[in-house]
Amino acid sequence: MRRDERLGPRIPSSEITDESAWRRRDVLRAALALPALALAGCRERAYGDVAPLPEGVDSADGRRTTEPQTRFQDASTYNNYYEFGTTKDAPWRNAQGLRTKPWSVVVAGHAERTGTFALEDVLRLARPEERITRLRCVEAWSMVIPWLGLPLGRVLAQFRPTSRAKFVAFETLADETQMPELRNPTLDWPYREGLRIDEAMHPLALLATGMYGRDLPNQNGAPLRLIVPWKYGFKGIKAIVRIEFTEDMPATAWNRSAPDAYGFYANVNPAVDHPNWSQRSERRIAGSAAKLFAERIPTRPFNGYAAQVASLYAGMDLGRWF
Amino acid sequence: MHAAVLVPLALMVRDALGDGLGADPVAELTHRTGDWALRLLLACLAMTPLRRLLGRPWPIRLRRLLGLYAFFYASLHLSVYVVLDLQGWWMQVLEDLVKRPFVTAGAAAFALLLPLALTSTRGWMRRLGRHWGRLHRAVYAAAALAVLHFWWGVKADVREPALYAAILALLLGFRFAAWWRAKATQAPMRGE
Repeated sequence: MRRDERLGPRIPSSEITDESAWRRRDVLRAALALPALALAGCRERAYGDVAPLPEGVDSADGRRTTEPQTRFQDASTYNNYYEFGTTKDAPWRNAQGLRTKPWSVVVAGHAERTGTFALEDVLRLARPEERITRLRCVEAWSMVIPWLGLPLGRVLAQFRPTSRAKFVAFETLADETQMPELRNPTLDWPYREGLRIDEAMHPLALLATGMYGRDLPNQNGAPLRLIVPWKYGFKGIKAIVRIEFTEDMPATAWNRSAPDAYGFYANVNPAVDHPNWSQRSERRIAGSAAKLFAERIPTRPFNGYAAQVASLYAGMDLGRWF
Repeated sequence: MHAAVLVPLALMVRDALGDGLGADPVAELTHRTGDWALRLLLACLAMTPLRRLLGRPWPIRLRRLLGLYAFFYASLHLSVYVVLDLQGWWMQVLEDLVKRPFVTAGAAAFALLLPLALTSTRGWMRRLGRHWGRLHRAVYAAAALAVLHFWWGVKADVREPALYAAILALLLGFRFAAWWRAKATQAPMRGE
């Protein structure tokens, strides 16, 4: 379908749901949904019920899921990238002029190798891999996106962080000439994010450079974007220009904006509500048929990646460290 | 005039059928129906000041239509949220009402608009007499609650709700000024 064979092992075709099959299923589901919707008001779902999850399985390491994917046109026109405007369509409309070549990344802090590196040099530090992972926005919608990128841990290891590096801080480009919203103090610019060092070293953390078999579109965070599938999407910082190894927990944009709503860890957790809405369920934006009746599905702890990442938080009070 | 206020709905239906609502149609419909409910409510509130400014009666004829359609879009907004968004999880709205201030504000606004919609006919105006006027003053509170609902509901960018708040303040200001002037002209008569 969309595989580039030289970039990692192929998925056996038995593991891939045939695209036409799940499209057919979607249309059928939609056709059945219309009368069902009329009855929907009568059907009450108690919170203890296990509602159906989307069909699909994750590979054992969590790197690839067979859940129905989001359409490229949806993943690339529905974005939160406030530097370009605060509506979902502003990024794709306003980011087309962003200059992503040449691009350099400053690496600083507690590491043996620091300095300013050309993006091409950073991208040579590890072998690219394909990932198909869920992206769960804190706004309670989610997508399934095929990414291409470098495992973050392998890239960071090349800079040889010292034992004083307890966290990794990231920064987005903040260029007023290219980013219209920077004139307004909507967020504390530049956009900043961070991970604990063990989170950054986890195999599921990715420095994405592409999606859907092509280069990352500007609105999706080109040329370099962080993907941390077990955390809310706002942790996936875009257009990275700076990586710093720090001893203390770094400041992060949304936490600065509303600390009671957005924590540092931001692990997807159905048990911890956002002040304005419940996180127990989400709208899955995937496939193409009848999205008006897109299913609301239960949110899973760690976005369904508990098997791979829960051990990072053993013993932590996730209600306190949200 | 009915045709004009139904244009937003027609556009919503057209976009819904033609994949024009974007990646998250439910979110888009929720926004649009909420936007139009608030805009029509403010337009409704603008009719009385407009009549005074122009010295013509026609704005008052539009007032009821605008108010009813504001309620209509508000009902759509609520329905989209409960039926299309929450779906089988609709019980969550009960939790929302208690736990989320912005939902409480929105629900309160809707609850105030409901009796206003029901008593909007001339029959009810007659039945309620001078009480009708007092009842329908609740529209000010409904509008204020609707603006609060919007303001508290946004993530970080409060510019749009702030704009509506400013318009509402202006419209309420007009009324306050008129009420003040009326009080001032009454005062000398009390002395007699």
